[in-house]
Amino acid sequence: MSMPEPSGLRMVVCIKQVPKAEQLKIDPVKKTLVREGVESEINPSDLHALEMALQLKDKHGGSLLALSMGPPRFIQALETAIGMGADEGILLSDRALGGSDTLPTSYALSKAVEHLGHFDIVFCGEETTDSSTGHVGPGMAANLDLPQLTYVVEVEIRDGHVRAKRAVEDGFEVWETTLPLVITVNHGCNHPREPTLLGKIKARTIGVIDDLNADDVGLDKDKIGLSGSPTVVDKIETVELPDRSGRIYSGEAREAVRKLLDDLEAEGII
Amino acid sequence: MDRFDVIVIGAGPAGSSAAYSLAKEGFSVLIIERGKFPGSKNVYGGRIYTYPLKRLFPEDWREAPVERYVVQENISMLSKDTAVTIQYDSLRTGSSRVNSFTAIRSKFDKWLAKRAGEEGAMVISGTRVDDLLVSNGTVFGVRAGGDEVKANVIIAADGVASIFAQKAGIRPELIPKEISVGVKETIKLTKKRIEDRFNVGEKEGVANAYIGQVTNFLRGGGFLYTNEDSVSLGVVVQSEDLSSHRTEIQELMERFKLHPSIQKYIEGGKVVEYSAHMIPELGTCMIPRPFANGFLAVGDAAGFVLSHGYTYQGVDLAILSGMAAAETVKAARAANDYSAGSLSRYLHDLRSFGVLSELEEFGNAPSFLMNPRIYSAYPQLLCGILNRMYTVDGTKKEKMFHIAKEEMKGKISLMQLMKDLLGGTRSM
Repeated sequence: MSMPEPSGLRMVVCIKQVPKAEQLKIDPVKKTLVREGVESEINPSDLHALEMALQLKDKHGGSLLALSMGPPRFIQALETAIGMGADEGILLSDRALGGSDTLPTSYALSKAVEHLGHFDIVFCGEETTDSSTGHVGPGMAANLDLPQLTYVVEVEIRDGHVRAKRAVEDGFEVWETTLPLVITVNHGCNHPREPTLLGKIKARTIGVIDDLNADDVGLDKDKIGLSGSPTVVDKIETVELPDRSGRIYSGEAREAVRKLLDDLEAEGII
Repeated sequence: MDRFDVIVIGAGPAGSSAAYSLAKEGFSVLIIERGKFPGSKNVYGGRIYTYPLKRLFPEDWREAPVERYVVQENISMLSKDTAVTIQYDSLRTGSSRVNSFTAIRSKFDKWLAKRAGEEGAMVISGTRVDDLLVSNGTVFGVRAGGDEVKANVIIAADGVASIFAQKAGIRPELIPKEISVGVKETIKLTKKRIEDRFNVGEKEGVANAYIGQVTNFLRGGGFLYTNEDSVSLGVVVQSEDLSSHRTEIQELMERFKLHPSIQKYIEGGKVVEYSAHMIPELGTCMIPRPFANGFLAVGDAAGFVLSHGYTYQGVDLAILSGMAAAETVKAARAANDYSAGSLSRYLHDLRSFGVLSELEEFGNAPSFLMNPRIYSAYPQLLCGILNRMYTVDGTKKEKMFHIAKEEMKGKISLMQLMKDLLGGTRSM
């Protein structure tokens, strides 16, 4: 069992930059998300992970590193993370990683984490809004051979023990385990702070480390990119939303409800 | 890092020009922009005069995101369904001789801020400055959230409603009389449609001004500028007139779009942006002393806008005032004195960059332009006279003087007409 060092917790949070949800477009030919020319943001549950880590840092001290994998424009997300309070931002960027699905992504991020040193907690968001798999956090835990707690809404560290509350379908579970571990953070569990002016100035002054590549972290080229990705997108269908009809039932409540029930029944809805 | 040589509040044309000029001279400069990116909060009807850009970027001003170079200017006086238009064609060719161009401010401002960034200025967006740090009457920094950042000079480039010029005590709060309200729509057409409908070539465009019915004869006017594949169409009205006549500017805008002389241009177009903005009322907003201890105001924040009635200058004066402010700060650094006394040479620098001389020379134009008859009686009169002159329907034609006299009856006296004519020529 490893104890947090006296200097506090060493944490890393993995973040991804995703197209803004309301701007999602799908390339009809390539069947992939259009990522160029649309506004992007930090994946929302990654922001919650960042906030959870920052709260631990506020309480216990220590260091927080923000890690991302993607093209150079992801620097923006890492600058935001530093602006919010992360100590450093590191971007793993390599053309060979292009087209990676969740398997090589988990592999590459794990290798990057190993390369960057020892961490008490590896944070991820529960899933990304641009693919919604939720694979990467658990995938990293498997690669790093660490315990994992997923869909966490609250976390507490006491005497080297981690106590976490995780959201399950019909309620919450409380688990206890030891450091180090991987935590994936549930969407909406906290209010991510805004980057501060001094934080943004710091981000610009220290800059994001953006020259980490596949060789640096020792990636096996066969395991990454399109060739290392077993997922095949067979077909993408866009859903046409049906027209909605509005109807107002007025008059006495009992009568109106009866009429509504009759109509619903007549249309075969109930 | 919580100390810079200079902090600029606002990354519009004035702020970015000041930051660019200072960063180029080796100053450490922080620009703080409230919008998500420079230009994101900007509304713009679209025309920029080239001369200050040529001065700021002598080598490569043409890299500016130009929509179209203005080759034709029109002023139209509108009645309900007629228009009298004066058309001016600039027949010179070659973009180097071009006097102005249309631009989309969100693109233009972004570009200008990028230039400042490339010179080494630190551009921070998405942060609102809450307050100035002031001690013993000297401004020495800014506060944003819980953070304080200090500098020798703070340059306020925060636009027409500049709260920082107010906080620094060099400008009173705006009163409605001093501002106009503008709305603008960007209407998407196609490149080809623009070139067909306005009869212009590639990269060529028009700048149109409208008075009369467009504002329902209130003080103000309308404008239309051609962008690459859209038009910027807007209405600006004196805010006092709006409230005293209980008029909604959106309604004026809707009616403007239905006017036959506008309809033909925008038909089949799609509104892709709608925005509203305050515009400082010409002349009355200029701050006599746009400096304080450790503090300068530039652009709209200092009231540097100018209208001759047929042109509207703001962006160009903003750029020049930003360049002038940079000169002032350079001199202050050389003297190691950032007091109001030292920064007062800003007035001198504004004059040598041509900002004040223009504003001083045309100081009378605003009061003349406040004359309500320009916006109501005259457009109606002109349209009425020409309508009668050109209507041929078999009835007996009258002499022009007679028509004019009849049209004027009850609307305006000959004396008044002479007086206004004289006043107008003198002040312009």
